[in-house]
Amino acid sequence: MLDAPVLIAVSLLYLGLLFAVAWWGDKRADQGRSIIANPTIYALSMAVYCTTWTFYGSVGRAAVSGIGFLPVYLGPTLVMALGWFVLLKMIRIVKANRITSIADFISSRYGKSHLLGGLVTIIAVVGIIPYIALQLKAVSSTVSLFLSYPEIVMPNRSPTLPVAADISFYIALILAAFTIVFGTRHLDATERHEGMVAAIALESGVKLVAFIAVGVFVTYGLYDGFGDIFEHVETHPELRHLTSAIPSGQGYTGWFALIMLSAMAVLFLPRQFQVAVVENVNEAHLKRAAWLFPLYLLLINLFVLPIALGGLLHFSGQGVDADTFVLTLPMSQRQEGLALLVFIGGLSAGTGMVIVETIALSTMVCNDLVMPLLLRHQRETLEEARDLSGLLLGIRRGAIVAILLLGYLYFRLAGEAYALVAIGLISFSAVAQFAPAMIGGMYWRGGTRGGALAGLSAGFLVWGYTLLLPSFAKSGWLPDGFLTQGVFGMELLRPQQLFGLTGIDEISHCLFWSFLANIGAYVGVSLLRPPEVAEATQATVFVDALKESGPIGAVLWRGRAKVSDLQELVGRFLGPTKAELAFAGYARRHGVGEGNALEADARLVQFSESLLAGAIGSASARVMVASVAKEEPLSIDEVMHILDEASQLRTYSRELERKSRELTAATLELQEANERLQELDRVKDDIMSSVTHELRTPLTSIRAFSELLRDDPRMHLADRVRFLGLIVSEAERLTRLINQTLDLAKIESGRADWNACELDLKEVIEQSMAATSQLFREKEAHVELDLPDNLPLILADRDRLIQVMLNLLSNAAKFLTPGSGRVRVALCRLADQLEVCVADNGPGIRPEDQELVFEKFRQVGDTMTAKPSGTGLGLPISRRIVEHLGGRLWVESVPGEGATFRFTLPLAPVQEQAPALAAGG
Amino acid sequence: MSKKILIADDEQNIVISIEFLLRREGFEVLVAGDGEEALAKVRAERPDLVLLDVMMPKMNGFDVCQALRADPDLSATRILMLTAKGRDTEVSKGLGLGADGYMTKPFSTKELLAEVRKLLGM
Repeated sequence: MLDAPVLIAVSLLYLGLLFAVAWWGDKRADQGRSIIANPTIYALSMAVYCTTWTFYGSVGRAAVSGIGFLPVYLGPTLVMALGWFVLLKMIRIVKANRITSIADFISSRYGKSHLLGGLVTIIAVVGIIPYIALQLKAVSSTVSLFLSYPEIVMPNRSPTLPVAADISFYIALILAAFTIVFGTRHLDATERHEGMVAAIALESGVKLVAFIAVGVFVTYGLYDGFGDIFEHVETHPELRHLTSAIPSGQGYTGWFALIMLSAMAVLFLPRQFQVAVVENVNEAHLKRAAWLFPLYLLLINLFVLPIALGGLLHFSGQGVDADTFVLTLPMSQRQEGLALLVFIGGLSAGTGMVIVETIALSTMVCNDLVMPLLLRHQRETLEEARDLSGLLLGIRRGAIVAILLLGYLYFRLAGEAYALVAIGLISFSAVAQFAPAMIGGMYWRGGTRGGALAGLSAGFLVWGYTLLLPSFAKSGWLPDGFLTQGVFGMELLRPQQLFGLTGIDEISHCLFWSFLANIGAYVGVSLLRPPEVAEATQATVFVDALKESGPIGAVLWRGRAKVSDLQELVGRFLGPTKAELAFAGYARRHGVGEGNALEADARLVQFSESLLAGAIGSASARVMVASVAKEEPLSIDEVMHILDEASQLRTYSRELERKSRELTAATLELQEANERLQELDRVKDDIMSSVTHELRTPLTSIRAFSELLRDDPRMHLADRVRFLGLIVSEAERLTRLINQTLDLAKIESGRADWNACELDLKEVIEQSMAATSQLFREKEAHVELDLPDNLPLILADRDRLIQVMLNLLSNAAKFLTPGSGRVRVALCRLADQLEVCVADNGPGIRPEDQELVFEKFRQVGDTMTAKPSGTGLGLPISRRIVEHLGGRLWVESVPGEGATFRFTLPLAPVQEQAPALAAGG
Repeated sequence: MSKKILIADDEQNIVISIEFLLRREGFEVLVAGDGEEALAKVRAERPDLVLLDVMMPKMNGFDVCQALRADPDLSATRILMLTAKGRDTEVSKGLGLGADGYMTKPFSTKELLAEVRKLLGM
């Protein structure tokens, strides 16, 4: 059932569906309800990158070099993942300047140069023609395959076949017609082709589904999954190299070249520039595309190797071209439905590429090649015509037909000598020549028109000599001697071993020499002279595109123009109605009454120019506007002055922003500092208040007793002695308080002296016990010591440790009930520290007070006992000492059963312990 | 009949000195070591004057003062606050809570006696 009528019917139905989608997309766009304002559609439209090269050619490539088909997808993946900011900058520039193509981009950057725009157009057209030929070849060979079904016969073409009998010729014509209907139904170059993008996104979906369907059929239908295919390959030694992870065939140089090449292609191929930059609706869409597009590439490559291996195994020795495996495998199994789906998928891949590419190229041809020529030679005709939009459409339609016919011609001349992928790489290498002028133009102010012209020409010539001409030679259209002996028999000039460079593949070879020439000429010539006015202006517009500021171009124009003249001019190219709408919109946006301002200002002139730039390219637009506006030329000094002012303004405003941010931050810091100070102040007040309180209390007793003694000379001796004793003890308390306050202040401020030495903790404890034994004797307390010998030494301050011990011991003594008190002092070793505990059987401390006792002046008294007579600083000081020595001090207590104070101290470093241990033992 | 004075302070030596002073002058003296005890003793013994320390355990002088003033039966009881914290805010807080007088520690015994006599209308 797969005969010609079915094929034609299905194809036409499919193309009709695409057209319907495009029509619907355009209609929705006119209504302002865009269907492509969606990041997924945007990412899918970028997948126009995958042409029949991917759909059929990848399998062919994989059948020769295993995973060698991959690098051309790694380049785009890297660009999307790591170089998306370049794309973002391109989008910003294009939107700000109404740029419509890559030729327009380059010509606009280097001072709106006609010559440059024309050169870029020629390079693009010549470079892309092999690529279009590739699509024709793929589509026509699938058609011939179908026509011989159910036999599988490789299309055997003879170069002598008359054009009228060649199916590819008709395919080219059909595609041209289809593209014309698609892209040039009406002139809306100032806007975007929303319908086309919608159709392209649909095609991307179709080709992905078709390819995966074949992949699943081969992998799981013909074989039992990936593992099964690879096992089969193991039994065919001649295929084993294909499953190796090491790049075979091209080597690492080849891989690097292909990755670089494809990274540049995904940015600078006219159709990629069209969908990714010109048709971009919202730059935020880039975010999703940055992972969705690479994901698409991954999915469409998933089954390439299985299909290639499956095909090689299946058609072993039958002479079936690997480029056709995607189709011939289902055909050989009589899977007619699947084969038809594959055909539609391949058609999608081919038409998608051809449509977008030729539309982009035709815009370039019209705006950057034909219009400038017309302006030069037919100026009067142009200026007299009322409405030129018909002419513009005609030019574009003619360009579309011409480009497709040139593609067909190349296919006739060289198509048979190359596999699909090899043809595509020739085109990739051509558009890669745009990279220096594009990237340099976006990031380097010094690039000039001359530099760009020189670089592009040099690169293009080297490309033509090392890649394009050899492709003709290999097809027999040039003598073989050209390849083997070079021009005029000069071996050094052999096109694919230029100056004796051998050992790398032809693509790497071309890339090396063309880039050497291109970049060298671009940079070298640019450095010969400083940029002129127009170049400097545009350099600023492009290089500073991501900086936030108004359009600078308008500032750089000075002159006189009438609004009516401008509107009429725009109307000639866009149609009077459109022009009127655009000018009314401008007036509304800028708050100008319609027609009131007879004199156009610089911004309106700029606006008109950008409207025209959309239709006829920026260089032509400048010429046309200049014809109605009397421009007073600015000198380079004036331009530099204006630019300086603008950049100074930017600097000032950045400076202001920075200052204001700093001020805000400083205010915040001040606030915080103030709060901290207030907090500190409160703490200080509290401490001062506590200290004065503690000082005043003993002073009160001292003064009262002293006055009593003074006022009553006849006081009883017993009272006298008792009062004097109390005065002395209160004075001692005062002294102690002052000393401890100073001590604590010293420790807290870090000014205390610490005399660290190796200590035997047991000795320290015994010394402290001796000093406090009197206290315990007075209370008749039972003291129990548990102090093992031979414990490791510690590194600490002896006096401070004794201070801690005395404090803990006197605290314990203070709270003991006379007669029944028990105190236990123990020392033990934990893992890497020593622990001392002082336990009493006094009243204990309530859980909520157990931390309070370590706060300054927070004596936790209980009126059942006498008020503690300490200063309220002993425990806080002790805790600080222990912590300073690297340990911890805390209390454990059950009220009524006593309190246990414990502290730990780290051991001295190991190497210093050994002699001490020996001495102890 | 001699006037009855309650000394409420947790500093024993201060209590001893004031107690000695007031007894010598012929007053009847009661002693309390914390706020709660002071409140209980005022209710039980109805002293004419309370010498009230501010910083006391269990219940501070301000709270005792407030409790006393909240009890209409005790409106005749004079209150003299004693404190080691001599800040103005403390003085006005005490007076605001209904204390009749305020003395800052350390004080002169003569002034204390004069203040006591004044409050007792002597």
